[in-house]
Amino acid sequence: MSTDQRAAGAARMPTYVGMPAFPEAARDAVRDTRLRRNLTHATTTIRAKRAAAVSELADWAELRETAKRIKDHTIEHLGHYLRLLEEQVTARGGIVHWARDAAEANRVVADLIKATGETDVVKVKSMATQEIGLNEALAAEGIRAHETDLAELIVQLGHDRPSHILVPAIHRGRAEIRDIFRREMPGAPDDLTDEPARLAEAAREHLRERFLKAKVAVSGVNFAVAETGSLVVVESEGNGRMCLTLPETLISVMGIEKVVPSWQDLEVFLQLLPRSSTAERMNPYTSVWSGATEGQTFHLVLVDNGRTATRDDEVGRQALRCIRCSACLNVCPVYQRAGGHAYGSPYPGPIGAILSPQLRGAGSPVDDSLPYASTLCGACYEVCPVAIDIPEVLVHLRSRAVHGRAEKAAMRFAAWTLRSPTRLAFGQRLAGTAGRMLGRRGGIRRLPGPLTRWTDTRDAPVPATETFREWWEKRS
Amino acid sequence: MNAREEILRRLGDTEADPAAYAAIPRPYLRRHHDGDVVELFAERAADYRAEVRRVAGADLPGVLGELRGRYVAPDGLPEAWTAGVDVVRDDPPVSIADLDALDGVITGCAVAIAETGTVVLDHGPGQGRRALTLVPDHHVVVVESARIAADVPEAVERLSPDRPLTFISGPSATSDIELSRVEGVHGPRRLTIVITD
Ligand code: SF4
Repeated sequence: MSTDQRAAGAARMPTYVGMPAFPEAARDAVRDTRLRRNLTHATTTIRAKRAAAVSELADWAELRETAKRIKDHTIEHLGHYLRLLEEQVTARGGIVHWARDAAEANRVVADLIKATGETDVVKVKSMATQEIGLNEALAAEGIRAHETDLAELIVQLGHDRPSHILVPAIHRGRAEIRDIFRREMPGAPDDLTDEPARLAEAAREHLRERFLKAKVAVSGVNFAVAETGSLVVVESEGNGRMCLTLPETLISVMGIEKVVPSWQDLEVFLQLLPRSSTAERMNPYTSVWSGATEGQTFHLVLVDNGRTATRDDEVGRQALRCIRCSACLNVCPVYQRAGGHAYGSPYPGPIGAILSPQLRGAGSPVDDSLPYASTLCGACYEVCPVAIDIPEVLVHLRSRAVHGRAEKAAMRFAAWTLRSPTRLAFGQRLAGTAGRMLGRRGGIRRLPGPLTRWTDTRDAPVPATETFREWWEKRS
Repeated sequence: MNAREEILRRLGDTEADPAAYAAIPRPYLRRHHDGDVVELFAERAADYRAEVRRVAGADLPGVLGELRGRYVAPDGLPEAWTAGVDVVRDDPPVSIADLDALDGVITGCAVAIAETGTVVLDHGPGQGRRALTLVPDHHVVVVESARIAADVPEAVERLSPDRPLTFISGPSATSDIELSRVEGVHGPRRLTIVITD
């Protein structure tokens, strides 16, 4: 990798400063028992609920397949749909901006805010703005960005990093949250308990004034409909509606892959996303608007930041289908043990392991190690509502990174087995047999070849005599 | 080259292919339940802790008349509905601070979705600008049964992208603290749905 490429990577998505490679970071997390307890509780709870919400729809498989095809078609013709979206948003009074990378996107947003003369903005949770490091960039220009999503608020007040796409403070228990509020939230009641209802009430009081006075808001976008110029934001708490509705100026930042062709496509995604994400038939609030609404000034910032490069990779581009539901995190045995921070980016879990290295163009220790942060058990692929074959992309990225010849060959074999369920089952049984031969005292310290980097962090259980998938399914 | 040109260049500035889009199969269901959509809507909305009442049209003013406190009513809401309520009309528009001091808001809706227990506002007559149903703490929404769509596809078909839309499923909620659901964060903490014929 050239210095140029690395510099391009840095302009795209900052790797968290001093972030160790995944194995080291994961080792610390695995040792943290409280973190693991919080994570296990949370992911197990949501997995069961999600399974129920999904099984209610007899046609889930058909919805999933249609969603996959809509996304693939859109990514193939992305230039066309972005031009159409721009045309429609503009025709309805919105102003569209384009940004090649994180630095450029931050520049655009900072300049738009400065032009309003405001120094405080309210924000609704958005993966895109975390990806580009917007809050930090704005702080450097003297602009305070106030997160308004409860979990984001917990993270921001705790001077912490998000560890889950949907529940960014999933690593915090209620007592910790109460302590953070007491310590960091101006005006937090002295008798604040750790009852979730009391904590939510404290957040409501804390943010109320700010919402009612805010002049500028920054949001993300879940879906953008090209043919109508409509933007969609899906949320639960109402902080999204506050941000989208009350301020005079709204700046929405979206990755260019969020576009869908037509209005009708919403009937697919509005069924898949809530059930797959929060395990609800429908999330409490979804806002849809087209261009400037009710006299607001509306800016849409279209961000590339590594997406066009990701699209150039025939295998890797499927990561751009992701609708950020976070289901793959909740089923991932590695995520459940390692936690979100080990992934070193706002995108943790299986999707992070394939998205971050591609968006950043690899090159850092954490990015090189991310494609190994998986047991390739395939649970992520099974739950993904847009059918991203995450194991396939992981194996592909491993073979793309620098390897010895033997490792490359092993990866090619793995890729071959993964393409077919029978071969996969065979490969796993083979590994099980190898496990019986290898394991003496119930644990092995290092696996040979490409698996070394993962086993380096943990005492790998003996590769099972039952396959990993069977074992995991039984446990969960 | 500016950012727009460069991104489009990186994408190979692809052309439209309407035939390929039209060829995407859509074998999923248009609705998941046959039968009475009103019953299903009432049940599903209650699942999300909305307070659900079913009343005959003639009884609507009486039922709304049970509301205690001051409620704001948008332009276009039938005056007969709110005859027994202490209402302030949003004309001229009530300031945000004053909205915050009111007890609630009464509106109609554009569409409702039985399968998911959702009401959708398009902020047309009788529904008001978006702040109206956001700032006050109690939202009372009247759903005429003809507005109830069976499922999401039918609702999307009925709605117009030319209007701002708000989909509401239960009161505002969060599961951010140990995934335990808490109703009422920033949006209205109470949602009352009155279904009428
Ligand atoms: S990869 Fe799939 S399962 Fe994971 S967050 Fe994205 S859409 Fe959801």
